[in-house]
Formats: sequence, C-alpha cells, structure tokens
Amino acid sequence: MNYLEHVGKYFMMLGEVFKKPQRFRVFYEGLLREIEELGLKSLGIIMFISFFIGGVIALQTALNLDSPLIPKSLIGFAAKRSIILEFAPTFCSIILAGKVGSYITSSIGAMRVTEQIDALEVMGINSINHLVLPKVLATVFFYPFLIALAMVLGIFGGWVSGVLSGLFTGADYIEGIQTTFDPFLITYSLIKTLVFAFLIATVPSYHGYYVKGGSIAVGKASTQSVVWTIILIVIANYFLTQMLLT
Amino acid sequence: MIEVNSLHKGFGEVKVLKGVSTTFHPGKTSLIIGQSGSGKTVFLKSLIGLHIPEEGTISFDGRINTQFTNEEKRQWRQEIGMVFQGSALFDSQTVEENVMFPLKMFTKQSQAKMLDRVNFVLNRVNLENSNKKLPAELSGGMQKRVAIARAIVMNPKYLFCDEPNSGLDPQTAIVIDNLIQEITDEYQITTVINTHDMNSVMEIGEKIIFLKNGKKAWEGSNNQIFKTDNEAVVDFVYSSNLFKKVREAYLNETK
Repeated sequence: MNYLEHVGKYFMMLGEVFKKPQRFRVFYEGLLREIEELGLKSLGIIMFISFFIGGVIALQTALNLDSPLIPKSLIGFAAKRSIILEFAPTFCSIILAGKVGSYITSSIGAMRVTEQIDALEVMGINSINHLVLPKVLATVFFYPFLIALAMVLGIFGGWVSGVLSGLFTGADYIEGIQTTFDPFLITYSLIKTLVFAFLIATVPSYHGYYVKGGSIAVGKASTQSVVWTIILIVIANYFLTQMLLT
Repeated sequence: MIEVNSLHKGFGEVKVLKGVSTTFHPGKTSLIIGQSGSGKTVFLKSLIGLHIPEEGTISFDGRINTQFTNEEKRQWRQEIGMVFQGSALFDSQTVEENVMFPLKMFTKQSQAKMLDRVNFVLNRVNLENSNKKLPAELSGGMQKRVAIARAIVMNPKYLFCDEPNSGLDPQTAIVIDNLIQEITDEYQITTVINTHDMNSVMEIGEKIIFLKNGKKAWEGSNNQIFKTDNEAVVDFVYSSNLFKKVREAYLNETK
C-alpha cells in the first residue's frame, strides 16, 4: 500500500472517529478508563524525566556560560526558555509517543486479531468511534496538564541542580526565570501539545485498527506506529514553530 | 428464516463463493462443513454482514440485508448473536461486563434489570459465580459459554457460530453443542454453525451444507449424511477410520 493510500485511509478513519457516540453512558466510562490508562499512568514517567532533564539543562547551561561577563541569572532564563519551548511539549510528547503509542497500537491490534473488533461490528457498533474517540479526547484534554506539570518540574529540577552543585545560586536562577516572561510562549507550547496529543492518539490507533495477521504483525505495527508518530511530531513541531513564532 | 440466493463473493481475482443458495429455518441447527479454504468463513461473514456479497441476496425473514436503511440495519444487528472461533470476549472486561455490554449499548434498562438478565443468561449457560472473573481466568470451554451468553443476551432471532468447538476437549465440545441446540430449540432461533467437528455433524446437524471450492456440493441432515453416496462428502466426513466404521455399522444396522 502506498503512502497516499495510508493518508487517505487515516483521514477516512478520522471521519468515523468524530461521529456522535452511540451511547453516552458507555462512552463516558470509556473516556474515564482512557484518562487513567493514557494520562494518569504516564504521570510518573513524565514527572521523573522532567525533573532530571530540567536539572541537566540547567547544569549544561551553567557549564557553558562560564564567562564572568555573563550574569548567572541567564542560566535560569535559558533553562526556562528551553524547557517551556521545546523540552516540555516536544521531548515529553516523544516520550509519550513511545509509551502511550505502543500501548494504543498493541491494545487495538490485539482486539483486531482476536476478532473483538469484528464482535463490535456484528453488534452494530461503530468500532472506530467506540475505540478511538475516548483515546483522542483523553489525550487532548489531559496532556496539556501533563506538559504544564513537566514545565514546572523541569524548572524546579534546574533550581535543585544549581543549589546542589553550587554552580549558581537559587536567587540567580529565580531572577533568570522571572526575567522577560512572555505568556505567549506558554500558549505556543500548549498549542503544540494539543496537536501532538492528537497525533499520539490517532496515528497509533490507525496502525492498530488496520493491522492484519497475528501477534507478530501487532508487534511490528506497534514499532511502526511509534516511529511514524515521532516523525509526524517532529514535522508538526517545525511547521508550528514556523507559523506561531516567526 | 434466512434465505441465501446465489451468493457470490471474491477478493480481487480470487472467487471464494460461487453461487451458494440455501435456506435456514427457525428452531433448527444448521451446520456448514467443508475443507479449509472451501469458503465457510466467508459465507458466514457474508451472512452476518461483515462481507458485502458481489452478487446474490441474503434475506432475513423477507428483508434483504443489503437493502437496509441505517435504522433497519441497526435493528437487524440487534437481532443477531455471534459466537466467534476464539470467543472474542473483551479481555479488559469481566464476564458480567462482557455479557452486559450489548444491553448497555442498545437498551435503556436500569443497572438492576440488566444485571438480572445477565445472571439469567449466565445461569442458562451453566456459569454461575463467574461474574467478576476476567476472560483470561476462564478455561476455553467457559469462555465459549460466556460468548454464547453474550450472543443470546439480547434475545436474538439469528445465532451464528464460527467453529464453536475448536480447541475444546471432546467432552466440553459436546456440552457446547448440546447447549447451542437447546438454546436454538428453546428460543426458536435460526442457528448457523461453521464447523470442522464431525461429532457435531453427527450430534446436532439437523441441516448440513457441505461447501467445496466455494460451491454447495451437498445438503441434507445428519441421518442422510450416513447414507449419501456423494463422493466429496464421503471423502471429507469419513476420512478417519473411526467414522468409516461408524458409517458401516449404521448402514448395516439400517439394511
């Protein structure tokens, strides 16, 4: 199947995703389950990585800005910008593409190869809508909170690393964080997060839903879905940055 | 009653079904048999609407399924129960949730009423005290019984089973066969079963259709299958020595 055919099929799938759920009670239960699976269960890894990467960013910046002419507050300023603009939305989304993307593809793919999706269709249920819409809404609504948390913890990690290493003082770091704060950067970051969250839910769902074969095919589809989600996140990141910041 | 008229279905160049016609009656258990690749699964999937026929019609009590409006199709789907080869239970849901799922989707009953119905059908398939178990915690036979319970929970008019005995020991297979036949008779359901299991053919085959290379090669009952001289059927059904001897004994007895 060529790439154009996949793109067409992906958009046709989206057409089915955004239909009215057949029964709101069942949809609501599915949404809560997905918020737990895709959102709450990712909290730990995002908190852990954000804290340490924030620390590394601050340390790297401090080590590279060793001229006495450059104020130490620049470390906090640079760390804040890096974390808000790129690390939190993009780096965390790539991590989530790996963790959540493989889960989505393998769970939907397993349903496909064990005829559970056929069972839904025979019952007269729009299986794409039933399986994918809760995932899309769960990621799109929950990931902005996750990324906001990653920003806070990343910046906090930078402060802790400075204080513990003695490379800069906490006061310098906080002064840098407060220097020329532009709220639009947060908006930009959250817009990117929404787009990435959408990709993280839909691209792996597509790979899982249309998988053919057995368990090996599901494994291959999982790998492919993670690779494609990351590629699309990187491309979308470039275009969004171009559109929103230039 | 389901009437199949000159059904054709292919995938690209490969023609799988080549003009199959037959009728399935309420309260009767009909079996589709044939070698692997003979078109049984495609035939069954065409009956349940997962494949659209290229030619021919399938009518359900006079209603042709390819001519349904969306609303009629939704209604028709609720009249169908399906037991898949691998049971196709939702593995993240408990037995109770699996069986309750169609009720939640298509009825506006209260939780208590739905639970009553779930318990009733679970009792009917002899599965008490398993409500809170996950499918992975059940044996193959129990999973099949949950699948049957889920298939009949909406009181279907038509029940389809794709190799309900595959992977089961002979004793459990007989239990499943008898259960399907009892339910068919009790609720006057039109039941169609795809099977490879010759025990099922002998035990519950009130009507048997033998498919060969996408065509109906023979049709009859389990009594007639002993007497038939159709070479293709004899080669397929009596391929084991045991069944050859059973047939000889039957023919000697009825001479």
